[in-house]
Amino acid sequence: MATELKEKDVTEAGDDGMVSIFVMGKEYRVPDALTIMKATEYAGYRFIRGCGCRGGACGACATVYRTGDDYRIKVGLACQTLIEPGMHLTQIPFYPANKAIYDLDLAEPTVEEVLKHYPEIARCLCCEVCTRACPQDLEVMYYIQAALRGDVKEVSRLSFECIMCGLCVSRCPAELMHYNVAILCRRLYARYGMKRAEHVAERVREIEEGKYDSELDELVGMDEKDLVKAYEGRDFEEA
Amino acid sequence: MPYSREMMESVRKVVETRPARIAEAKEGKHFPRLGQDDIEAILKKYHPDYRDGTKREVRVGAGKGTIVPNELADLLEARPMIRPEDVELGTVDVDTDVLVIGGGGAGAAAALTAAAEGVNVTVATKLRLGDANTMMAEGGIQAADKASDSPVLHFLDILGGGHFTNDRELVRTLVSDAPSIIGWLEDLGVLFDKEEEDGTMQTLHGGGTSRKRMHSAGDMTGAEIMRTLRDEVKNHPDEIRVLEFSPAVELILGDAGGVAGAVLYNMETEQYIVVRAKTTIIATGGFGRLHIQGFPTTNHYGATADGIVLAYRAGAALKFLEATQFHPTGAVFPEQNVGLLITEKVRGAGAQVVNVEGEQFVYPLETRDVESAAIIRECEERGKGVVTPTGRKGCWLDSPMVEVLRGAGTMQNDFPAKYRQFMRHDIDISKLPMLIYPTLHYQNGGVAINAEAEAERENLYLAGEVTGGIHGTNRLMGNSLLDILVYGRRAGLNAARKSKETQPGRLTLEHLSEYAAELEKAGIGSEAVSPMLLPDYAGKLG
Repeated sequence: MATELKEKDVTEAGDDGMVSIFVMGKEYRVPDALTIMKATEYAGYRFIRGCGCRGGACGACATVYRTGDDYRIKVGLACQTLIEPGMHLTQIPFYPANKAIYDLDLAEPTVEEVLKHYPEIARCLCCEVCTRACPQDLEVMYYIQAALRGDVKEVSRLSFECIMCGLCVSRCPAELMHYNVAILCRRLYARYGMKRAEHVAERVREIEEGKYDSELDELVGMDEKDLVKAYEGRDFEEA
Repeated sequence: MPYSREMMESVRKVVETRPARIAEAKEGKHFPRLGQDDIEAILKKYHPDYRDGTKREVRVGAGKGTIVPNELADLLEARPMIRPEDVELGTVDVDTDVLVIGGGGAGAAAALTAAAEGVNVTVATKLRLGDANTMMAEGGIQAADKASDSPVLHFLDILGGGHFTNDRELVRTLVSDAPSIIGWLEDLGVLFDKEEEDGTMQTLHGGGTSRKRMHSAGDMTGAEIMRTLRDEVKNHPDEIRVLEFSPAVELILGDAGGVAGAVLYNMETEQYIVVRAKTTIIATGGFGRLHIQGFPTTNHYGATADGIVLAYRAGAALKFLEATQFHPTGAVFPEQNVGLLITEKVRGAGAQVVNVEGEQFVYPLETRDVESAAIIRECEERGKGVVTPTGRKGCWLDSPMVEVLRGAGTMQNDFPAKYRQFMRHDIDISKLPMLIYPTLHYQNGGVAINAEAEAERENLYLAGEVTGGIHGTNRLMGNSLLDILVYGRRAGLNAARKSKETQPGRLTLEHLSEYAAELEKAGIGSEAVSPMLLPDYAGKLG
């Protein structure tokens, strides 16, 4: 391992296609063009924390890093972000964030409800650091503003793709807990803002009344030959 | 240019054949579905389940002789991680009514349902609460709740999909509980795709369905369900205690023979935790990370079959583990995306699968095993696959068709997660097709249960992918999100009720000594230890 190299000397891939990255301060030579996650594993780590779905869907692998001479702190998901030569990185665990305890059955889709649980959102500085940190490119600051207006529908629209990785929380100077505000609003909207599917309730009633019992009894007891026939005789709803 | 020059030449052919394919689709014409005889033939010849030398009989345990994939047999024939003398059972660290092992969708549903019965619940999970395949399920959840549909049709679709091998009582329960599960999720505030004016569910077809009964939340249906269940579990801190990064490594038995808790392992401090429980629920998911036959997988990091190993050592029976599900549309390009799931919902929305010449060769919504076999045939036998710069082969999933059939912007609006995942690599899937090949997706079989989610062992319940029987030898899309909730809730309810009338008794791990003795007697000198807990990619290009 080329421990003598200075950071600026190792910012390009060598002839062997290997580049240097710094995992929590230690230098490792890894193949270029890997994700942070695969590069860290290649370097010899076996993750316990900070690794989940490995496909950008679960938010387990939030990572903080710096590159080259850039003074800025950068963030991303380890499973989705490609390494850059000379990058210094560390993973953050599921970022600590208080979660309101609430009973959805008794809640209301109002600004009062949101502020009762998360009054601190009024401290939002509108600095947009949260938005810039979001690996899903969500308009985080705008959904906090929508939450402040009690517009739970808009919060739902803007935050739907939130994976709750906590990078917004880690960077917020007002110490907000954006993703927990978002899920409260989404649940309020889904429960109280959207219409219930009447056909679902109707089918539940029919099943409770035993409407399908005899047909299902028959299928459960049927010869396989007859079952195959019934299967092949199905008609299809058009796509 | 995101694709190589050779790949782009093939894309041009896909673009050329597209208008004619779209015109036919608009007229309701489609590539013919295979009949039962053809299905049997194509599976035998091309499905990975039928490859020689990939499975074997387990040589020890109560289920000796059960056929499972080699990778799982290796774990079942490995030495237990702990010996009875390693653990002080006299010191009980956690005493609980119901222990739930696993923090995915099935475990969370079980915990919530058990807690509602007024008992004390402990959830032990290997990673974080919600770190599970549930989080990664994209396309939808089935339930026959529309006027044109019925649980009877849902039953028939499932039986055909499973090649009539399914446990019919389990299927009956699944389809009968399904609509009430959708209602329960509505109560919990899950953001289903609905018509705004009257709340009607927007539903699509999946492979093998005769009615459009796939309910969805964008292409993040599982994530939406999982994050909601997780939030709700956390709304009950007094009733549900969650122990994260603490996988169960062995079941504990009571002296009356029933299951009486588990030994957990704190992966960070490397200490054992003794949990005594009146009833125990295993909801640990499947085996994707065993990389059966070396396939890449769509599965979560923690999908290492731990629950199968624990339950088997405690004497539970296994079913249908000889059948592995390969999802027909796993990504094969770019390298960073290899193995990742591309939801069946893309085909449900109208995208076809075409070969290097831009020709269709299979009905796009055959059941997953048949669709996979057809793609393997196209690439391996007919030589009509597209080859990537790293030598992988695949066929095209023609997603731009969806933009024509359902309107511009559909790929971005209805498949936001997939759109983003590919845009990271400069591939705009509303304009370019995605290259796909079958990827290891699901453990069709598992531990046998009855319709009350009970195992043959007393005081033991199971739910979700760890179980076997519901789907027979092949699961249909959208029935996994359904089964984890149907059987998760049943396991929670029944385990809670049973906990009020049973006692754990004196704790023992003697079954491990017996298992170890049996291994020795069978002359299996394996150095390997199980459960695996986590795959080991250290030092490798995983």
